[in-house]
Amino acid sequence: MMGQILVDGVTSGAMIGLGAIGLTLTYGLLRFANFAHGEFVTWGAYLALVVAGAFGGAAPIDPLTFGWPLLAALAAGMALTAGLALGLDAVLFRRLRRHGNAIVLVIASFGASLALRSALEFAFGPEPYYYSHDIAMTLRLAPGMRATADQLVVLGVALALMAAMHILMTRTPLGRAMRAVSENPDLARLAGIDTSRVLRATWLIGGALAAAAGVFLGVTVQLRPSMGFELLLPLFAAAILGGIGSVPGAMVGGLVIGIAESAAVPLAGAQYRAAVAFVVMLVMLLVRPRGLFGGRA
Amino acid sequence: MTVLAVRDLVAGYEPGLPIVRGASLAVAAGEILVLLGPNGAGKSTLAKAVAGLVRVESGSVTLRGASLLDVPAHARIRRGLAFVPQTENVFAGLTVAENLAIAAAVLPRAERAARVAATEALFPDLAEARRLAAGRLSGGQRQMLAIARALVAQPAVLALDEPSAGLSPKLVGVVMAKLRDIRDSGVAVLLVEQNARAALSVADRAAILVEGRVAHEGAGAALLDDPQVAALYLGGRRAA
Amino acid sequence: MTGLASYACFFLTVALTYGLAALGLNLQWGSAGLFNVGVAGFAAVGAYAAAWITAAPAASHWGGFALPIPLGWIAAMLAAGAVAAVVGAVTLRLRADYLAITTFGAAVSLQLLALNATTLTGGPFGIAFIPKPFESLAATPLAFGAANLALAAAVTGVAFRALERLTRSPWGRVLRALREDEAAASSLGKAPARFRLQAFVIGAALMGLSGAMQAQFFGFIAPDNYVPVLTFQVWVMLVVGGSGNNRGALLGAVVVWGLWSFSGTALTALLPSDWQARGAALRVVAIGAALAAVLLARPRGLIGERATVSRHVEGEE
Repeated sequence: MMGQILVDGVTSGAMIGLGAIGLTLTYGLLRFANFAHGEFVTWGAYLALVVAGAFGGAAPIDPLTFGWPLLAALAAGMALTAGLALGLDAVLFRRLRRHGNAIVLVIASFGASLALRSALEFAFGPEPYYYSHDIAMTLRLAPGMRATADQLVVLGVALALMAAMHILMTRTPLGRAMRAVSENPDLARLAGIDTSRVLRATWLIGGALAAAAGVFLGVTVQLRPSMGFELLLPLFAAAILGGIGSVPGAMVGGLVIGIAESAAVPLAGAQYRAAVAFVVMLVMLLVRPRGLFGGRA
Repeated sequence: MTVLAVRDLVAGYEPGLPIVRGASLAVAAGEILVLLGPNGAGKSTLAKAVAGLVRVESGSVTLRGASLLDVPAHARIRRGLAFVPQTENVFAGLTVAENLAIAAAVLPRAERAARVAATEALFPDLAEARRLAAGRLSGGQRQMLAIARALVAQPAVLALDEPSAGLSPKLVGVVMAKLRDIRDSGVAVLLVEQNARAALSVADRAAILVEGRVAHEGAGAALLDDPQVAALYLGGRRAA
Repeated sequence: MTGLASYACFFLTVALTYGLAALGLNLQWGSAGLFNVGVAGFAAVGAYAAAWITAAPAASHWGGFALPIPLGWIAAMLAAGAVAAVVGAVTLRLRADYLAITTFGAAVSLQLLALNATTLTGGPFGIAFIPKPFESLAATPLAFGAANLALAAAVTGVAFRALERLTRSPWGRVLRALREDEAAASSLGKAPARFRLQAFVIGAALMGLSGAMQAQFFGFIAPDNYVPVLTFQVWVMLVVGGSGNNRGALLGAVVVWGLWSFSGTALTALLPSDWQARGAALRVVAIGAALAAVLLARPRGLIGERATVSRHVEGEE
């Protein structure tokens, strides 16, 4: 049983971690909690659905439920959602930043989240969608541990994305600049870093990763207009757990939340998953507000 | 030859509440101009305004004759102006090497490695600590890194805000000696300081800022000798 | 004509109950600077408390003590206040945006509880047959509507007066001082945590009362009512009306509720029946976009705070 909890927890935790990276980056840079981040997850999934649909029915790659069209749709969904994130900032947040403060931005992001979610509900209706109607076959990994091939591939790709993100942050000039701006925007400017450019890159990356998380959720579970919103509390919990602004923190935080939620299912039931994330987050805020890897509270 | 010219600068953090109220000064190449004055006079604010971190309401700031005011803060280093703030002047979460790499990123790719190496040659202690997170350096080392970071791009003007703050007298001497070397290499140095004696030991010229305006100006030694100025602004007994 | 008049009564009655919630939010945010994104949660607590106290016993849910309505409303205020005391004791010391996230999380958790603790709350079907005030008048719609409106107006009026006096009192002054400059105010010997907690609890009690009153006026409640859209509606009411201002809170409630109802009616009339559910989603899009537009047009004037954060990331834009 422990093994199955681990399998399920790590898979969902990887998706939470991916989504939390963008959230923690923009939170660290802009010092506001973006309630609309969950919608990047949802829009990513639905945009990929539309693109995949355009390819028509292509045979899935055995034993997965999906084929190359979905991978292409994943890339397209990530790119389009990156644009959506940047666009939302340009249209709404950037203008409010000039005059308002964090509270105005949070409320605006809350409103944007409702609008984005409801727009999808309007376009697609509230019923669930699926990338594929094939049944996912489970593979037996070890006694008491089962996973579908989909889950394993999703986990693999998610981990690969996280690794790529880590390399970006630690070994590229852009990643260095992002860490610098996150720590001290004024000093970054003095050192010649164009903070606006770094900010734009952050929105693009955050949106793209959230979209990937959405597609992965769509593959392993289903698509619904509220899917990203339901992930919001776990995303915040992961970001806070890991320490705001820390990419490794978001990844580790995501895994911890995923496993904690999974472990709580036998105790509290699957419906209370979001509440588990809430409790973990609350405990963290009381015990160590700056999180596991964070520098500031 | 004047490199940095500030004329009638009015600047502050809030519009309508200027802290610098019409200050003028000029720094020549190969010269150290020390900016002194009581607390709250606006020395830091002036330096930050020159660097682009504080709003300028009126006046001019020119570097080699070209106005800096319409240049965004992040582009000023490319024009040749480097600023070392008093606090939080290194990226504590990044390594020494990364701090310098960021500074070098404004240069053409072919020059970067050479410039970082040249800068490290000026600060041998830093070269040894290359892989250390800047936050783990001692106070003196951190100050050296902050200055080194500013020098990587070979600025024409180096402005510093109280580099001696919080350092032991011995380290203060080390910092001042470093500034002398930098000046000798042809850089125009604008040194904002509270520690008047230390600053005047390296100053070629000094200006005293009082309530946002330059009140006295002259060669450093002469100011030290003026008893009135010395009593008011240069320390000795603190006012009660 | 009576149909229209009784509809108008009902509309205003509901608008006033929203106004109560907005008044509570104004106390928390406008006076004490507390950023509560969990309004729906406190409304839910109040609603279910009132339902348990006043409804007749039923197998589908706990409670059903069939006690008089005023007792239900007092219970609602106490329950919401108690939950707020617990949540607040734990979270009020956190910085504003962490408080936003935790109150949001608390509301989500409470809604999950309402949805899933079926034996207590009736699960997704909620609690029905909640007694309405002045049931005896139900046969004459106009009299019924007018009586209920009078009741709502009376309660709201009392709350309004009480809040006005509270904010003008020494207690209110301390709150405002704490909001402006905590260090200075606490140096005067006023423990900031206690005052903020009091403001938080009183505001939450009003939200609970709002939920309870709506439970009585509508006659049934379900977990679906207490979703973030509700929190958002109340914030919009406060923002549109001009926060920091009790009068504005009530005015905003009427205006926004009016827009909401009108758009609901318009959509019902215009859309074919199989698009009705989707139309509801469109309404939310509209209100979200409207709030964004309002915030863009007058961001400082509405909330009235000085710019503090994140501007430093783009100082030169």
